[in-house]
Amino acid sequence: MKTEKEVLFGLYNDEVDLMKAIKVAKDDHLEIMDVYTPFPVHGLDDVMGLSESRLHIAGFIFGALGTLTALGVMSWVFTRDWPIIFGGKPYFSLPAFIPITFELTVLFASIGMVVTFYTICGLGPGVVNPILDTRITDDKFCLAFETDGLNTSEVDNLKRFFNTTAAAEVHTKSISN
Amino acid sequence: MHHTVISPIREPLVEGAKTYHQITEDICSPAERAPNLLWIVGFVLSLITLGFGLACIFITIWWGIGTWNLNRTIGWGYDITNFVWWIGIGHAGTLISAILLLFRQKWRTGVNRAAEAMTIFAVMCAGLFPIIHMGRVWLAMFILPYPNTRGPLWVNFNSPLLWDVFAISTYFTVSLLFWYTGLVPDLATLRDRATGLRKKIYSFVAFGWTGSAKHWQRWESLSLVLAGLATPLVLSVHTIVSFDFATSVIPGWHTTIFPPYFVAGAIFSGFAMVLTLMIVTRKLFNLQEYITLAHVESMNKIILLTGSIVGVAYLTELFIAWYSGYVYEQFAFYNRALGPYWWAYFGMMACNVLSPQFFWSKKLRRSVVFTFWLSIFINIGMWFERFVIIVISLHRDYLPSSWSYYSPTWVEIGIYIGTFGLFFTLFLIFARVAPVIAIAEIKHILKTAGDQYTGPNATVHHHDDHGQSESVEANH
Repeated sequence: MKTEKEVLFGLYNDEVDLMKAIKVAKDDHLEIMDVYTPFPVHGLDDVMGLSESRLHIAGFIFGALGTLTALGVMSWVFTRDWPIIFGGKPYFSLPAFIPITFELTVLFASIGMVVTFYTICGLGPGVVNPILDTRITDDKFCLAFETDGLNTSEVDNLKRFFNTTAAAEVHTKSISN
Repeated sequence: MHHTVISPIREPLVEGAKTYHQITEDICSPAERAPNLLWIVGFVLSLITLGFGLACIFITIWWGIGTWNLNRTIGWGYDITNFVWWIGIGHAGTLISAILLLFRQKWRTGVNRAAEAMTIFAVMCAGLFPIIHMGRVWLAMFILPYPNTRGPLWVNFNSPLLWDVFAISTYFTVSLLFWYTGLVPDLATLRDRATGLRKKIYSFVAFGWTGSAKHWQRWESLSLVLAGLATPLVLSVHTIVSFDFATSVIPGWHTTIFPPYFVAGAIFSGFAMVLTLMIVTRKLFNLQEYITLAHVESMNKIILLTGSIVGVAYLTELFIAWYSGYVYEQFAFYNRALGPYWWAYFGMMACNVLSPQFFWSKKLRRSVVFTFWLSIFINIGMWFERFVIIVISLHRDYLPSSWSYYSPTWVEIGIYIGTFGLFFTLFLIFARVAPVIAIAEIKHILKTAGDQYTGPNATVHHHDDHGQSESVEANH
């Protein structure tokens, strides 16, 4: 089922203005829907109070899985399934297993993290997400509020907020949820 | 107050007083206008070379490896030489994007995108050779460990050749993921500027990127961890390639110096190829303000360092051969310098050891024309290095009755030329459809490393006695 929501957003010309505006919004206890920027702005997550990404934990788990897979399969093949003597070496020759173990650790961690990243962000081949303004990927810094369920005075308050925080443009747009 | 870091020593990394919008315009424009004549000529030439290479590959597969001049003594020739050469070239991209990211080297942003693309294409060229060299390519899947009806008979996990399979396929996959994830926000920029069919295509490949703050935070976290993973990975790849030789019992091959020496050589040749390509690209697409002389100089310094490491390695090999007192090793190195392939050895020494020493001169480090020609010399030299190691070490067997000489057939040369066709075809397509410079990352460093940034909130510098700076709000 497709639902629409009303969004009121302001476009800023510079990340410094945006950061100041977010601070004001936080002080005024305004509920920010999201912030969109053309590039990763240093310190933005602190100002917005975003918690640290836990993506690296996923990376560690996938990497450990790779290590265990590689060591497990090689040990099983060379000691249980089909033991072969190569140059008089023991069946379980751990040093020779290290290179492949390392490679699979890196491979599993990388693929796992990338897939996790796209999944939790809701991104992927062919995905089309609503875009508030096409200049957000160019040079505009966008601060957006959801206005569904807000009364006129609350919306006016938000518009006033944009005026006082030097937003270059203020627009409304209804986007699919 | 927002503080801008201005270094009195470091040169700006972005010249020409850019605004964010101007950066978008400059970098997107090559992908948005009709290709110029030079590009078309280059593309057609690349396609012709690629076609010739494919024909030679077809001949090899149809008639077998007998179409090459390999013999019982010299079992590795052009194929493995070219493989190691291309893999080496494929090292600079990840070095620039991963290791320099961890070292917080901001100058990497100008060149990382194209260097990573180059890495991926070079690894594709490299991967071709061992596969064709198998002879019966239709059985190539035998190198993968999967449950099969042959026993199941497994691959030899103790063999460096199998480690190579894992190292190179992992390297290719991780480089591709790293590169593409970096590309997604920039593809979104192209998407938001495009119309019609181009918009549909860019929408598909931009993965629905919105630029949300949380996404950027995760994106940065992902980039950092991938860089942390890719750093030991890139060092492991050429280390494992060197194991193909170092774990054997061939004099000239079984030396413990190989891993670091191969890695240094790989970075050396990789940077040379990056320079060759970037010097042409910056001119062709008018990107001199993003890939500046400071970038060229930084890369030349790395070339000087790694070239000198390679030089020291060559001399160490000679010394150890003498010092070991092992006659076979001594003969291998005497024969390397003064045997029938002396020309390859001296070509290698001249191109790899002597030529980078010119870069002690700042003037030459900053000369684009000189750098361009030297980068080509270095790549010739690094090709000779692999030829020297492989063919010279093999052609004098333990039994003098097996001594032999090797020169390639036109088919072998044709496949090598064909890989240039593949490489340049892919690179030219990439340069036409995607931003060759990481737009978002350049914007990210603009204020801290840009030249006279003039946008809103620009910092104006007063050169007074205290060196204080003052922020001025621009008009909205």
